[in-house]
Amino acid sequence: MFVAEKNALSEEIESLVNKYGNNRSSLLMILHEIQQKHRHISEFAQQEVARLLNIHPVEVYSVISFFAFLNSNPKGRNLVRVCQTISCDMQGKSGLVKAIERELGIKIGETTKDNKFTVEYTNCLGLCDMGPAMAINDQVFLQLTPEKAVELLGKVK
Amino acid sequence: METIKKKRTGPVIFSEYKRGDAIKKALSMTREDILFELKDSKLKGRGGAGFPTSTKWMLTAAAKADKKFLVCNADEGEPGTFKDRVLLMEFPELVFDGMVVGGYTIGAQKGIVYLRGEYEYLLKPLEDYLEVMRKDNLLGKNILGKEDFNFDIEIFLGSGAYVCGEETALIESLEGHRGEPRNRPPYPINTGYLGRPTSVNNVETLAAVSHIVIRGGIWFAKFGSDKSTGSKLFSVSGDCEKPGVYELPWGIKISELLKIVEAKNTKAVQIGGASGHCVPKSQFNRTLAYEDVPTGGSIMVFNESRDMLHVLKNFMEFFVDESCGQCTPCRIGNVKLLEGVEMIEKGEFTFAHINKLKDLGRTMQLASKCGLGQSSPNPFISILENFNDEIFNAGNGGRNGK
Repeated sequence: MFVAEKNALSEEIESLVNKYGNNRSSLLMILHEIQQKHRHISEFAQQEVARLLNIHPVEVYSVISFFAFLNSNPKGRNLVRVCQTISCDMQGKSGLVKAIERELGIKIGETTKDNKFTVEYTNCLGLCDMGPAMAINDQVFLQLTPEKAVELLGKVK
Repeated sequence: METIKKKRTGPVIFSEYKRGDAIKKALSMTREDILFELKDSKLKGRGGAGFPTSTKWMLTAAAKADKKFLVCNADEGEPGTFKDRVLLMEFPELVFDGMVVGGYTIGAQKGIVYLRGEYEYLLKPLEDYLEVMRKDNLLGKNILGKEDFNFDIEIFLGSGAYVCGEETALIESLEGHRGEPRNRPPYPINTGYLGRPTSVNNVETLAAVSHIVIRGGIWFAKFGSDKSTGSKLFSVSGDCEKPGVYELPWGIKISELLKIVEAKNTKAVQIGGASGHCVPKSQFNRTLAYEDVPTGGSIMVFNESRDMLHVLKNFMEFFVDESCGQCTPCRIGNVKLLEGVEMIEKGEFTFAHINKLKDLGRTMQLASKCGLGQSSPNPFISILENFNDEIFNAGNGGRNGK
């Protein structure tokens, strides 16, 4: 990471700490915003958060490792999550996943070479009445067919 | 999100309600009067555990502290449950008004909505809605001119952890820690968020409170059965023509519900989500109520074509994924149960081993620290016992003859 990038990230984290307050209760919201913007929370970001909240960096890491939606390793620019829980499973989740895997040339859990997509399974999205469901970043899509799912991926920048 | 708003009607929750009415009415009453109305209503927590709301609020109101909190548990993670999504999307007024009433009753200054990360798309519309409430003085300082009643609501976003629906895990995560459940007691009503008395209530419970305040506890108690008063929102999914959220009185028979949602050739119904019980066809005359088959509202329908072992495997994979790993019975037990399911799938099992695993399941029910591990063996035990013919005897010990 270049020094300029580091400074920018430090400033960003500082403003987040100002927004949510420099106490431990703000930790998850701060991490959430960093995750949203950068798709991962780097070691440097973890150290900065820890420093500003006055806790040990390992405390930050322990929280990140607990939650499914937070990660410390980089992922693709767009995160695709396919619901794997039973209602979506019965409505054709595996067809969806196979089509996506074919189209992107990766297996579930992997990231495309151009770093555009990471495809993952997720547990119940709470859209069981309109499955199979899939989320691309923070948007959700319902009643998908394999064809429609692939079409949606094509529209992502 | 590309959904169409349906016009919903129902006896209680989906009956007519005007924004702010419950707050106005509540502020004209004393705190004790509200608690008495709730007591008359016999409202029980709608998250699934069914603890009487009036008792919870009475204890929180009686606790002495400089600050108190009211938390709305919108971490709806149970597979097959989506009623809170509908409530928050289409009826935010019921939920938020219920929170203000709760804040007034227990003497809290701050309400927190713990919204699950999967519902992030609801965050913006809900925050906009709260802003409108602030403008109309339904939130903020001296609400509707009531002196010294200050209450505001904040939305906190979860990050994809099923266990955070457990109230102490939820509080841990609010405080910026891993979402690992605490020992109870002490209960959150005494030692909750930041060590202060905290009442954690389900979204649907709060929505019901808004109606109870307006129309009274006696009115509410007229619906449903004696022990399960009022109505319930059922999230129906799976093999039926009309999946969706239904408001029905407690005490309805499973077979009646299946008729309403137009389910055909039904073999089994999973009630209460992955951690609930699987009810076979022979028991469809049982009723949905706290005294018979209790549920947080998740109803998943399986027809004759479904392989119950596959269903069970999906549930056990879910629990292995979502166990927080803090206590041994849950962390290791769920993995062992999943291994058992895989053995059956491959046809490489002994009945002696499966029976041992059932015993392990019963041990988990007793020894796990929180509701997750206490209830995760439920599908393992109920599916293997209710569908033993299909799973063990239909072929040569293989699954379903395959």
